Amino acid sequence: MAAPAEPLPPVIYTMENKPIVTCAGDQNLFTSIYPTLSQQLPREPMEWRRSYGRAPKMIHLESNFVQFKEELLPKEGNKALLTFPFLHIYWTECCDTEVYKATVKDDLTKWQNVLKAHSSVDWLIVVVENDAKKKNKTNILPRTSIVDKIRNDFCNKQSDRCVVLSDPLKDSSRTQESWNAFLTKLRTSLLMSFTKNLGKFEDDMRTLREKRTEPGWSFCDYFMVQEELAFVFEMLQQFEDALVQYDELDALFSQYVVNFGAGDGANWLTFFCQPVKSWNGLILRKPIDMEKRELIQRQEATLLDLRSYLFSRQCTLLLFLQRPWEVAQRALELLHNCVQELKLLEVSVPPGALDCWVFLSCLEVLQRIEGCCDRAQIDSNIAHTVGLWSYATEKLKSLGYLCGLVSEKGPNSEDLNRIVDLLAGLGAERPETANTAQSPYKKLKEALSSVEAFEKHYLELSHAAIEMHTSIGRTRSARLVGKDLAEFYMRKKSPQKAEIYLQGALKNYLAEGWALPITHTRKQLAECQKHLGQTENYLQTSSLLASDHHLTEEERKHFCQEILSFASRQTDSPGHKIVLPLHCFAQLRDLHFTPSNAVVHVGGVLSVEITMCSQMPIPVYVEQIAINVHFSIEKNNYRKTAEWLTKHKTSNGIINFPVETSPFPASQNNLPALELYEMFERSPSDNSLNTTGIICKNVHMLLRRQESSASLETPSGVALEDGAHVLKCSGVTLEPGANRITFRTQAKEPGTYTLRQLRASVGPVWFVLPHLSPRVQYDVYSQEPQLHVEPLAGEWAADSLLAGIPQKVKFTVTTGHYTVKNGDSLQLSNAEAMLILCHAENRAVIYSNTREKASDVSLRVQSSDKVTSISLPAAPAYHMIEFELEVLSLPSAPVTGGDSSTLGVTEPHRKHKDTQKAGHCMATTDHKVSIDCPWSIYSTVIALTFSVPFRTTHSLLSAGTRKYIQVCVQNLSELDFQLSDGNLVDTGSSGDLQLVPLNTKTPQHIYSKQSVFFVWELKWTREPPPSLRCQFSVGFSPASEGRLSIPLKPYTYEFQVENFFTLYNVRAEILPPAGTEHCRTGSLCSLEVSITRLSDLLEVDKDEALTESDDYFSTKLMYEVVDNSSNWAVCGKSSGVISMPVAAQATHRVHMEVMPLFAGYLPLPDVRLFKYLPHHSAHSSQLDADSWIENDSLSVDKHVDEQLDSGSIKSRGSVHSASSSEHKGLPMPRLQALPPGQVFNSSTGMQILVIPSKDDHVLEVSVT
Amino acid sequence: MVHTSLDVVDEKISAMGKALVDQRELYLGLLYPTEDYKVYGYVTNSKVKFVMVVDSSNTALRDNEIRSMFRKLHNSYTDVMCNPFYNPGDRIHSRAFDSMVTSMMIQVC
Repeated sequence: MAAPAEPLPPVIYTMENKPIVTCAGDQNLFTSIYPTLSQQLPREPMEWRRSYGRAPKMIHLESNFVQFKEELLPKEGNKALLTFPFLHIYWTECCDTEVYKATVKDDLTKWQNVLKAHSSVDWLIVVVENDAKKKNKTNILPRTSIVDKIRNDFCNKQSDRCVVLSDPLKDSSRTQESWNAFLTKLRTSLLMSFTKNLGKFEDDMRTLREKRTEPGWSFCDYFMVQEELAFVFEMLQQFEDALVQYDELDALFSQYVVNFGAGDGANWLTFFCQPVKSWNGLILRKPIDMEKRELIQRQEATLLDLRSYLFSRQCTLLLFLQRPWEVAQRALELLHNCVQELKLLEVSVPPGALDCWVFLSCLEVLQRIEGCCDRAQIDSNIAHTVGLWSYATEKLKSLGYLCGLVSEKGPNSEDLNRIVDLLAGLGAERPETANTAQSPYKKLKEALSSVEAFEKHYLELSHAAIEMHTSIGRTRSARLVGKDLAEFYMRKKSPQKAEIYLQGALKNYLAEGWALPITHTRKQLAECQKHLGQTENYLQTSSLLASDHHLTEEERKHFCQEILSFASRQTDSPGHKIVLPLHCFAQLRDLHFTPSNAVVHVGGVLSVEITMCSQMPIPVYVEQIAINVHFSIEKNNYRKTAEWLTKHKTSNGIINFPVETSPFPASQNNLPALELYEMFERSPSDNSLNTTGIICKNVHMLLRRQESSASLETPSGVALEDGAHVLKCSGVTLEPGANRITFRTQAKEPGTYTLRQLRASVGPVWFVLPHLSPRVQYDVYSQEPQLHVEPLAGEWAADSLLAGIPQKVKFTVTTGHYTVKNGDSLQLSNAEAMLILCHAENRAVIYSNTREKASDVSLRVQSSDKVTSISLPAAPAYHMIEFELEVLSLPSAPVTGGDSSTLGVTEPHRKHKDTQKAGHCMATTDHKVSIDCPWSIYSTVIALTFSVPFRTTHSLLSAGTRKYIQVCVQNLSELDFQLSDGNLVDTGSSGDLQLVPLNTKTPQHIYSKQSVFFVWELKWTREPPPSLRCQFSVGFSPASEGRLSIPLKPYTYEFQVENFFTLYNVRAEILPPAGTEHCRTGSLCSLEVSITRLSDLLEVDKDEALTESDDYFSTKLMYEVVDNSSNWAVCGKSSGVISMPVAAQATHRVHMEVMPLFAGYLPLPDVRLFKYLPHHSAHSSQLDADSWIENDSLSVDKHVDEQLDSGSIKSRGSVHSASSSEHKGLPMPRLQALPPGQVFNSSTGMQILVIPSKDDHVLEVSVT
Repeated sequence: MVHTSLDVVDEKISAMGKALVDQRELYLGLLYPTEDYKVYGYVTNSKVKFVMVVDSSNTALRDNEIRSMFRKLHNSYTDVMCNPFYNPGDRIHSRAFDSMVTSMMIQVC
């Protein structure tokens, strides 16, 4: 019976099996109906509801209709499902009751009995009705009767088991209807049968599976049973379900293998542990590999056979499911798995057999996939297949190595034997691929046949794999394949081809910092370079390897030895140098200068100590280690001076170099930092925020292609620098680990020396560190000799010297480049007022440049009246000599007293101001000393500043006509002094003046910042002169020091006192109102002021105010009553001008009314007296603005006067206005205060009791 | 040369990484099976990659075990990173981390 045309594409093989339906009864009838039936049946899908909660499925049913035979019915216990008839149909066309009764019924009964005997309940009776036949026979029963009869007879309960099909071959609607009904019925019946039978089968199968722990259980049997189910599903085109069956089998088997590995072996597994004898790979071109299946059925299959078969089935189903990529993935898994399982089961496999099997399988899978996909699909799914490609490559490689196909000479006889064995294991080529040119079988056979063919195939595969990896961005995988390829080339002795791959791989590893692969690749590369004769590269790689800690000691030693042997061998071409970077040979750890600040004077010795960490495994004798130094003349001279040197002592002189993380690439670490900026983009219309983000400004830096960034291991960048200045160290043996190497150099020219290149030479091999970073430099300086003289900052903490007492001065001689010889001396030409005190012993200390004390010698000082000669101790260059000298500045009177002597007592205000302005500064004196130095023809002039520790002021005190002079000595310095022998001498006139001291005779202590007063009474016999010149002198010595070696000059102060004679006596008195005892607040009291002239006309009176008339002199005075404390209210005139006769005891009295404002003892108001000077064109005496007393009633303003005409002047002082109006347009009369010595206010300090007024209700109490 | 295979693994992560951007699953599963080893990968949210190489014959280790090992490793790694004295990029010198890894290895073998 021919199967209907296959609807699926021809590449996909389908099972020829279809569910079997048997036909009984009228065969001719069936034959006529069959074409329509087979065509119509699969047309409509049917929903298949399934047991165990599996999702219902729509399936298209097809059937294989066969004639009913009793043999077809399965015997009891037969599990075959494929041959199982799912439905039995009885066809009949009978329409005649007679005929029915006679033949059909019997036939049907017989059929039914057979079915019953086999307990098959899936049957159907089809009654075909034909109108044509009906017409021919007239005596027919109604057509239904036959059907009814059949129903009655056979379908006692299941009336639907009988179906009528009317006029099947006609084309009418009725026919169509009946066909549809019939087909539906047929499908339903079929499905019911499936459900029932498959369910039963599955149950049986499960039962069988549960028995798997029983000893007799066989996997192969079970396999066959479950496969049966898979076949049925496949038959029903339920590939998914079929695949599940195989996967279950797969998993079950895998589990057994794993359990076997764990020691839980099943008996049946031992079948699979037979030695592998055939390795002919997967066969995927047939839907069912019956050969293998038979093996399994016969329980003769090996593990590989089973796996192959299982996979071929899975593959077929996956291809049916249009999932070729899963095939690739599963294939790789399977192959790995098989290899593992064979290992686990300890199956003996001839060497290379598995490789053959894997290789063939890989190619087979690939070809199978290629066969059912188009090119574009394959290209876009390389990721799935590339694994297989590289696996195949790998396997071919290992085969090649195994069979000696990779060696230079080709396979030897042993290898040839092995090849023959392997080829034998392949068996004969399968017939289905025999005519394919590129079959895996042929490929393998060819590859194994000769060295050339192997190479061709291997290269082809490798390149394909590399290309595929690269095309999908798996560069690393490509590198790995490339590395294998390189190894292959190395074996083939063509290192030039291998190098590219190795370099590529190395670059990749370096860029990503994989230390172990780097080491491994370098090792290969070293060998390659050795073969290529790239000496330099080889040595470099060797040095890298020798310093590689991932290698074993022996390997490192080997590479180190390689370098050394090369170094010792190469003597034929002198001058030829091989320059290698240093960092792989040794690392510079730190550098240490002595002196530590890396500054050295000309001629000084500088030593540089470096710590180099040798990376070599063995001690290496280095002929020379040199540092190239770049010399430049330093522009910044400051660095070179000794001051800089002494001030900048902080650095310890050790420069640490960062430890190079050599295996890690620069590209990763040295990337510039991200520069990120915010970005806002606003819409132009309403300024609302459109987008915001972050911008990386240096993308171009960060995303630069890695390849171009750095050539990681090219020695080309190392250029030898030749410089005149080289620090050298010869014959050093570098032990592994840290080594200290010291360079010594003598500084020659001043300037800055920058260390540039470090190189170590081993024979002709030079290891060069091109740049030292951080920058290291040292300075050489040259310095002129210098002399510094400065006050000794000692116990007084004074930066200047004090005059009058011995002071220490420190001399510092910085020798610079000058060497002080014995006999060199400093010649000091003294200033007159400054003495240099020579002690018996002076000591000088010589320091070295770094402030280390070198020696301590005594110093000879010879002093004559003009010149002091200090003989210096011998000192080498660039040292310092320090010594101290005591000097004494004489306190010279004219200098110190000069300032204050010019100030008269007449100007006390001014003086006061000056002192305030000057604060507490000390008066200073400068002494210039010129010193002749032995190194210079010029004299050095040094100014020493001395401060006078005291400030002296004087004042005149009066008591009536008695006069006293008070001298105040103020100590400004930080030092305490002892004052003694205070003395005041009248230097001006004759001796008719007498100064009577009222002071203690004992020395007085004057503490720092404090004052001491001295008072003398002034007595005279005759009329005293208008002015008096005095000189005050006091001896002083520092209080702290007990004895001084030299007598000190006393401190002197000269001053002048003028107008000290009292002319007027002012007396004020307040009398309570008449009749009362005390003054009362608010009541007027009378103030009586009496001004008395005490002397006749004196010299001092002769001024403009004096008027003479008939031998009678009078002067004009102005008085003024002022109460500054607002205790009194002056009623009426408070001031007035009086004409005072110049005669002794002439008295003028003034009465005034005052009113006390407060109660209590109130001081009297001040009465001031002024000389009233009429206007005079020539002002002989100077006016001092301060002398004007601001007073309301005496506001004398020149400006007002000038601006306004006379008529408008409304001076508040009525006295003035009268006189001023007379001198129209002229300046006002002037007032001159009388010097305080000339007026004695006898009522000063008097107080008067004021009692509060009785009617005061409010008592004001002021507490002050 | 197990390390060499790691290199391939790394690349695989980057290939997978693109697909996994949104997913919370950090475990990448089996990355690179070879005949002798299975390589598993794991990538943290900050793209730190963990790679584990397991002998293929070790059948005791299933996906779930590997996954939990990675979780443990990740936690421990996070602890190391949280150490304020650790500079990212340095070699990890943490006793806690070492002991965790060692205990994991012992447990497996």
